[in-house]
Amino acid sequence: MTDTPPLFTAKGLRKAFPGVVALDGVDLEVHAGQAVGLLGENGAGKSTLVKILSGVHQPDEGEMTFEGESYAPRSAAVALDAGIGMVHQETNLLPGLSVMENIAIGRMPLKRGLIDYGALRNHARSHLARVGLEDLDPASPVALLSVGARQKVEIAKALALESRLLVLDEPTAALSREDSEILFELIDDLKAEGVGFIYISHRLFEIPRVADSVVVLRDGARVAGWPRGDVPTEEIIQAMVGREVDQKFPAPPDTVGEELLRIEGLTRHGVFEDVSLSLCRGEILGIAGLVGAGRTELVRALVGADPLGAGTIHVDGRTVRIGSPEEAARAGIAMVPEDRKEQGLALDQPVRDNATYPMLDHMAERGFVRPSALNRLTEQLADRVELRGHPMQLAATLSGGNQQKVVIAKWLPREPDIVIFDEPTRGVDVGAKQAIYRIINELVEEGKGVIVISSELPEVLGLAHRVAVLSRGRLTGVLPRSEATEQAVMQLAVEG
Amino acid sequence: MADSNEHSATEPQEPQARISRRVRALLEPLVSGSGPLLGLIVLGTVLAVLAPNFLTVGNLFNVLQQITVLAVLALGGTAVIITKGIDLSVGSVLGLGGVVAGYVFATAGLPMGVAIVAGIAVGALAGLVNGLLITYGRLPPFVATLAMLSVARGLALVLTGGQPITGYPSWFRWIATFRLFGVVPVSVLFVAGLFVLGTMYLRYRPTGRALYAIGGNEEVARLSGINVRRAKLKVYTTAGALAAVGGLFLTARLNSAQPTAGTTLELDVIAAVVIGGASLNGGSGRLTGTLVGALIIGVIRNGLNLLGVSSFWQQIVIGTVIAGAVMTDTLRKPAEG
Repeated sequence: MTDTPPLFTAKGLRKAFPGVVALDGVDLEVHAGQAVGLLGENGAGKSTLVKILSGVHQPDEGEMTFEGESYAPRSAAVALDAGIGMVHQETNLLPGLSVMENIAIGRMPLKRGLIDYGALRNHARSHLARVGLEDLDPASPVALLSVGARQKVEIAKALALESRLLVLDEPTAALSREDSEILFELIDDLKAEGVGFIYISHRLFEIPRVADSVVVLRDGARVAGWPRGDVPTEEIIQAMVGREVDQKFPAPPDTVGEELLRIEGLTRHGVFEDVSLSLCRGEILGIAGLVGAGRTELVRALVGADPLGAGTIHVDGRTVRIGSPEEAARAGIAMVPEDRKEQGLALDQPVRDNATYPMLDHMAERGFVRPSALNRLTEQLADRVELRGHPMQLAATLSGGNQQKVVIAKWLPREPDIVIFDEPTRGVDVGAKQAIYRIINELVEEGKGVIVISSELPEVLGLAHRVAVLSRGRLTGVLPRSEATEQAVMQLAVEG
Repeated sequence: MADSNEHSATEPQEPQARISRRVRALLEPLVSGSGPLLGLIVLGTVLAVLAPNFLTVGNLFNVLQQITVLAVLALGGTAVIITKGIDLSVGSVLGLGGVVAGYVFATAGLPMGVAIVAGIAVGALAGLVNGLLITYGRLPPFVATLAMLSVARGLALVLTGGQPITGYPSWFRWIATFRLFGVVPVSVLFVAGLFVLGTMYLRYRPTGRALYAIGGNEEVARLSGINVRRAKLKVYTTAGALAAVGGLFLTARLNSAQPTAGTTLELDVIAAVVIGGASLNGGSGRLTGTLVGALIIGVIRNGLNLLGVSSFWQQIVIGTVIAGAVMTDTLRKPAEG
């Protein structure tokens, strides 16, 4: 569409990690003064592509050019020096330092060996002006800035390095609608100055506003591309999910009974608003949504891991107050958290201890727990979840799948009525996945209610009786299994 | 992400395998944590050769008696460090507990029994305040207990006007002076009893075991339904109460409550716990190790005294031992990064 030579090209990029081909021959072209919308589901290969661009990873095959010259960065510093800047979803600013120090970090202007604060201030001010922050005091600490302002400071920092290509990775994930629009105007201005953009977003409705062309990745390959930005959302979604849902999920048992859990108007201000849902005995409720939609935050508040702003929780028709995970467990609600290494397991403690933490108080006879009883319980649990490992082995030495089984197993003896699984199969192998699906189905067959959150859409659709979809902290729909197609869910998930 | 199940589980349940596992389980507590114990034995052997009067029954009980106060404080310190905390205030709380008991008895004229209870209660209260600052005040333990170090010492000085309080009933001094059969100090027996109770608590009580979970990963413990706040409040309160108990011992031994008693003792406490194999990263530590750590410190002091080495040099030796003891542990683990 343009006659000028492209600012950046990539041809046949391929990158394999042990066990997975993350990128499989991807081509990309960015022109000066234009933005490419780079789209794809989680795990499609976007981040790998970005990491190759920014020098974090080196490609196994393929070539890149930048401004007409061959480009093969060996490190992130090389990429920055070449003029390719990155702005991440979570900003990489140091909150304790001032705006000007953040902008010039690593290259502070010096005078006789000391930092020249006058020059530093002027340097920061000129770049802040380019992103519309001319009124911001360069000496103010980053910690005091709003998320939107931080995003702009991050862009100013990239511009200070004379970046001609900026990669924006989900820049609006934490921004309000107004702040997003201000960011888009800034992008327009910078485009006019000849800066090229790679724009990654799950918010498909933003794409026509920002992008001049669109590229869709799926399973590491480029599956679609349009030389224009105003591509209908349906076409993009079709390209993103294209694959058929494979039948690796056991059909959910026909076990749905009477209502077990009802939440009304659950709110945590700025995170999720006014979410009302119900869960029946014997039912698997899937919660879908994009990263940052508030899924994890919702269930964490439900089990008292985070404070809840407003709303009521009813279990079996009784209103319960849940202020801590301990109280949630007593109300019969257990959660298998999102990040097993940070939230699920004390990695330096034995499997035996990890698997019995929720039971410690319940195992005491006359106030004392016998380690032999803990061993016995651990062995029973290991049988039940097909755990491979010695009870005294440190949790850190288990494989991902076995670690996850420990995190699940620890709740089973408490017989919770409601079990919440947040990303239950992230980073686990196929065998462990099947075991985890089997446990989930066993729970509902016993009449318990299960909530499953997963970023893998096919997993949610394959497991759940019903699928609730969150978008930007709001419930945008609840679909019965028969209507919960990837298309339908994605449509609700990108709804603003 | 590779499945690393080589030395995995589903071991065949043959009787032999079971027995060897049993044996291993029995030996495990003796073998692990053997580093400090071996060090103590080597140290004792060297001193026995160099100082002829080291290896006598009387001297060994002297060593034990000299470390009773340190051991009592290190008992609480071990629990604190298992939770990944630190208590810098115990030396000051020791001083405060001692002078409160002295004040209640000598100045207020109440019975010594009441004075003892008052001293321990004030120590527990100081610990509770530490715990509240840490849990509800969200202060790092280092900062909260550093503040208490200063406040408790100041209170002890204010209460006494900086003067020691002397003169206690003979039965109270008996705690520090009486020797069973003429050799075994009753204070040593008392401390041994505390350590047995403490060990049982950490091993067999749900709240004791929970401390390892909290130190291992506080968020995991909380999400597993463990009441982390309550556990921490208990730990710091206990550490404060035990510090006051140490203060009473010291008062009984000196027949005098000194407002400056226990100054910098918190550092010896941390040294004993760390030499004993606990990690400041939390989640590990045993009272048997801590006892050995306290013994190593006591034996070094005693042995160097017998050899006529100045107390200035003793500090250098103890510092070297702290670094060396912990290094034998850390260097055994593979380096990170």
